[in-house]
Amino acid sequence: MALYSEKVMDHFRNPRNVGVIEDADGIGEVGNAKCGDIMKIYLKISGEQGSEVIDDVKFETFGCGSAIASSSMATELIAGKPLAEALTLTNKAVTEALDGLPAHKLHCSVLAEEAIKAAVKDYYDKNGIAYDPEQFREGDEPHCCSL
Amino acid sequence: MIYADNAATTKVSKAALAAMLPCFEQIYGNPSSLYAFGQDAKEALEDARARIARCLNADPKEITFTSGGSEADNQALRTAAALGAKKGKKHIISTAFEHHAILHTLDALKKEGFEITLLDVHENGLVTAQQVAEAIRPDTALVTVMYANNEIGTIQPIAEIGAVCREKGVLFHTDAVQAAGHLPIDVKAQNIDMLSISGHKFHGPKGIGVLYAKKGIRLENLIYGGAQERNKRAGTENLPAIAGMAAALEESLAHLDETTAKLIRQRDQLIKGLAEIPHSILNGDAEHRLPSNVNFCFEAIEGESLLLLLDDKGICASSGSACTSGSLDPSHVLLAIGRPHEVAHGSLRLSLGEDITDAEIRYIIDAVKEVVDYLRNMSPVWRSLNEGRQQFVLP
Repeated sequence: MALYSEKVMDHFRNPRNVGVIEDADGIGEVGNAKCGDIMKIYLKISGEQGSEVIDDVKFETFGCGSAIASSSMATELIAGKPLAEALTLTNKAVTEALDGLPAHKLHCSVLAEEAIKAAVKDYYDKNGIAYDPEQFREGDEPHCCSL
Repeated sequence: MIYADNAATTKVSKAALAAMLPCFEQIYGNPSSLYAFGQDAKEALEDARARIARCLNADPKEITFTSGGSEADNQALRTAAALGAKKGKKHIISTAFEHHAILHTLDALKKEGFEITLLDVHENGLVTAQQVAEAIRPDTALVTVMYANNEIGTIQPIAEIGAVCREKGVLFHTDAVQAAGHLPIDVKAQNIDMLSISGHKFHGPKGIGVLYAKKGIRLENLIYGGAQERNKRAGTENLPAIAGMAAALEESLAHLDETTAKLIRQRDQLIKGLAEIPHSILNGDAEHRLPSNVNFCFEAIEGESLLLLLDDKGICASSGSACTSGSLDPSHVLLAIGRPHEVAHGSLRLSLGEDITDAEIRYIIDAVKEVVDYLRNMSPVWRSLNEGRQQFVLP
């Protein structure tokens, strides 16, 4: 009996989209080294404002197996997709795509959702694009240790 | 597979297993039964007790069998607390990096009105007898200091601490779970009043332990019932486990000198190899440490992912990261020696078995180097450190 699903282990052992985009259009970093996980998402975006597409996505993660797998899966779910779609990605979708996570690891999928939203927000901010701040509300799920 | 997690548990030795098997099929009577068949079991029980007592330089009457180290720790602390409370002494001295069986019992005693002093264990993971002497007060009921730390392997000056306690008339307990079978124990020479050990840490079976209590110390019951263990621990004795533990302890001590020499050489080879990894640090004193214990922190990576990748390479190890501790904080031991949270998350404990080979040590060094490198290359913290956007914590 393994700690994680086959899907989680596959994405942990062979993470998709690891790396950096030097001229990224949006960068999102969430988490805290003190808590033991940091995720950083880089987005390359093209297309007219309002109908942008994610051309490329990369991630860097400091964290446990499920944090790495959640980042990998989240990037796979949004690669090549319209930017608007990336904003609708939920931690639940990431968890389901991984065939589930142990209860105490669900915060990793929350971090993945937040990292992607932070990268999109960064792109909007850099380009002066107006957005509804409600879309970037932080999740309710606690994801940090007692500092 | 390379099993390098012997501080977690060990394989039952052939000698232990051979001692256990007859207790399942032949000597299966109840030691409390009066017929000869039951008395045969009683004889085997008392034989094991006498042999364990000899291993500790104790009297058989001072040996109480428990379900393991945690129960022995609980009973020792409850006993000292009850004895102290009768005399109005409600102060207990311990250290910040004890096992949770001690720390959580102390938490419970605190709620019952005891005052607890936890001594600083310093960056090297060692307390001194002088610290203990300075902390003892007229109302101190107990000093409890572990013999060797389970995570970083540091060996405390037990005999000196015992001497201080003896001189001041304070009870002294040591959690010797990591020490028994791996370090010499002599309860008389080391001035120990109470001591806990656990069978499965030295190739005995799980679910069995010993509480040694010096003659004259009236144990407080945790479990009430039958008259077993001189009324101090009810429940039919787990004879197979007791016999296995006795055989395992004797066997470990019979080879102690040669095993110690071999493991220290291999441990130091492993430490030397892992120290080559940049921005890493050995946790705990390099000399006063268990021959089997290696514990490192590697900056900018997290321990659980390190363990999973080592598992893929056939290496079983452990870590003090929050993700592996089952809590949200990293190991209290690493925090106690002053490692910051972010560094404590990147810890690795390797606890070697007596049969580990030099080739396996080299394999572990190579595997850890490769995995640390791989994880650092996907770590945003590592990038940030290398690009000078934040300062390295470890040199």
